[in-house]
Order: sequence, then C-alpha cells, then structure tokens
Amino acid sequence: MGTRNYKRKTSHSENGPGDGGRTGSWRVERPILDKSLCIPCKRNKEACFICWLFCPEIVISRTIPPKIDLEYCKGCGICAEECPTKAIIMVDEAEFSKEDKE
Amino acid sequence: MQAKTTILSLPTEEFVHPGTRACTGCGLAIAYRVGLKALGKNTILVVPPSCLTVLQGLFPVASTKLPCLNVTFASTAAAATGILATLKSQGKTNIQVAAWAGDGGTSDIGLQALSGAAERGENFIYLCYDNEGYMNTGVQRSGTTPIGAITANTPFKGKLQQKKDVPAIMAAHHLSYVATCSAAYPLDLYDKIVKCKDMPGTKYFHIHIPCPPGWGYDPRYGIKVGRLAVETGYYDLYEIVNGEFKLTAASEKLVEKRKLVPVREYFRAQSRFKILTDEQIADIQNQIDAKWAAYYKKDE
Repeated sequence: MGTRNYKRKTSHSENGPGDGGRTGSWRVERPILDKSLCIPCKRNKEACFICWLFCPEIVISRTIPPKIDLEYCKGCGICAEECPTKAIIMVDEAEFSKEDKE
Repeated sequence: MQAKTTILSLPTEEFVHPGTRACTGCGLAIAYRVGLKALGKNTILVVPPSCLTVLQGLFPVASTKLPCLNVTFASTAAAATGILATLKSQGKTNIQVAAWAGDGGTSDIGLQALSGAAERGENFIYLCYDNEGYMNTGVQRSGTTPIGAITANTPFKGKLQQKKDVPAIMAAHHLSYVATCSAAYPLDLYDKIVKCKDMPGTKYFHIHIPCPPGWGYDPRYGIKVGRLAVETGYYDLYEIVNGEFKLTAASEKLVEKRKLVPVREYFRAQSRFKILTDEQIADIQNQIDAKWAAYYKKDE
C-alpha cells in the first residue's frame, strides 16, 4: 500500500468551540452577576477578574462588566465561590422560564 | 528574578475553546488553560490517553487551538523526542514541545519513556497533572493515589499503599527544572512555566488537580479543596532549579507563618477519605508535621 495515500488516512481535527455540544444544558444552577457588588463595575476600571481566571470553561469575559456565556457555562459555581465580594450567586435553573432558556 | 504575574498582567489570548467535554468544575481545565497561555503559540503538544484527551475532544472537533499529537500511553516522552528530532532536522528552533500526561500515564505506564528522555536530556517540558487516579475511566487507583483514598478498585479499605513521589523520582535525574504546582494557584503555574522555558534539557512539572467526581466534593468547592491541600501542608509547592530546592508561593508563606491548617479539614472535605479513622488522620498529621519541621529548620 505504501505511504502515498497516507494523507487521506490520518484523522485530523479542526479546532472550534462546542466540542462537547452546547454544554450549557448540563447546568443545574445559573450564575447571576450583581453589578453593584462587582469590583471592576464599581471602580469602572480593570481590577479583580478572579472569576475570569478561575472559570474552567472560559465563559466569563475579561470585560467591564464581566459577561457570562450561558450557551457553554456548565454551572460549576467556582466563580460564585471564589468571588471576593459574593457578586455572583447561583440561582436554580428551574426559576427561569422555558423561553428564557432558549 | 522575573516579576510575579498578576491577574491583570496575564495574557488574554486563549488557546482553549469553551464547550469542552471536561466534567463540570474540572480543575484540569483551569491548569490547562493557564498552562497553554504560558507555553504560548509556538508549541506542539503531546498527549497520551487521559482526562486531557477527553477535554481535547473527539474527531472532527478539537477544543485546543494548538497542534496536538495524541499518542499511546507508554510513548508520551518518546513521541516528544521524535517531534524534537523532526524539528531539529527541519531547522526549526523556536518551537516548544510540551507533553501533558495524567498521573497514571506518568507515574505508572509512561515512567520508563519519561525516565529515558530525561536521562538523554531531551529539550522539552513534561507536565504531569495529578488528579490522583485514573479518573476518566471511572476512578481507579494509580501510583499517585494517596493512602486511604477510596477508588473503584479499592472500594472498602481505601488504598493501602503510600503515594508515589514522582517529582522526587524526576529530581533524581538531575534535571535543570522540577516543579510542583496546583490548579488552585494558576498564576504560580504560569510563572514557573515561563521561567523554565529557556532552560536546557527536560523540565518536569507536577500539577495537583482537584477532581469533583473522583474526589467526591461539590464542583463549586474545587479551588477551595486544592487550596486546602497546600495550606494543610499535605501537598507542597516547590521548585528544584539545578538541584537547588526552594519552596514557592503559598508554601513559602506557610514557612514564614509557621502555622498549618489541620489536615483533617482537607480529608473531611472529600468523600473519598470517609473511611479514614481519627487515628489514621493523626498519623498522617504527624508525618506532615515532621516534614514541615524539616522545612522550618532549613529556614532558620
């Protein structure tokens, strides 16, 4: 067979988001940011960003205010636990209406 | 001495996409993401079967933006050697080769290839992430599972043997750089990788990774559990640069403070240690105290 057709025989993935599907559907609790407690929002300049550093899923942006991408957020709650001012709280997904989920 | 990285000075470019297959609250995802930031764009990764393969995804989508070679369990370091040889023959010198393997793939199955590569002094970074078990196949015991931990094949009494000290094994190869890190201290990990990039020979990293399903705690406490392991003195953060041992980051501060959190708190935060009796915990506490007494003495 030789190696002439080798190129066609390798499996090679392209990078892209959502390898595990829309992982937001795994979520049981949703993180909600309270802007009045969030340090970068209060000071209106770059500060803190602990939630951005510790988010395993990279769904929290390093912006003011930090935005949470609910399409991929798995709802682990590390951001809520690590936030020094408790600006992020975890709310049960059942409290959001069906339309809101979509 | 380089300045310590802060959250605000950490590069914002990401090399991992969101929506991976990793479990909710995975500690590895944090360490992997920050580690790749430190390794930078010119990096080729070598990954054996492990939780990281799960995180990287199935064909045809990959969650990592860097080129990555998936190899067999035992050949991680050998494959990294092969990539280095190819890069050398092509005259490419600015590309970093990094092998990321799990604790099973390092301490049990891949150890001989790693030991061989380290002895030959191949110029790559080997990062072992230690979640203390074969987690992606359903929590089986590995060489680095600590004593007393319940796993799928030590279900009643917990593991009876001691944890294998892989960084010490690698330090015995007289490497230019050996370091231990924790996912709970990602900036420390970042600094250490940046520091060792230009050093010659094999560089070895041992990264402690909290694992919510394997260790049995609520995912939201992941960072807290990882931090407890360091604050109780159970897992120390250090670096060995050309044979010179030095505690770093949080562990260095513990020596200054001369005060450890009781290790009981770390054990009771996880369900895998639920069968540990008070006597066993007291025994482990004595071992930790003896280890730290030696550190205190060195500091004086």
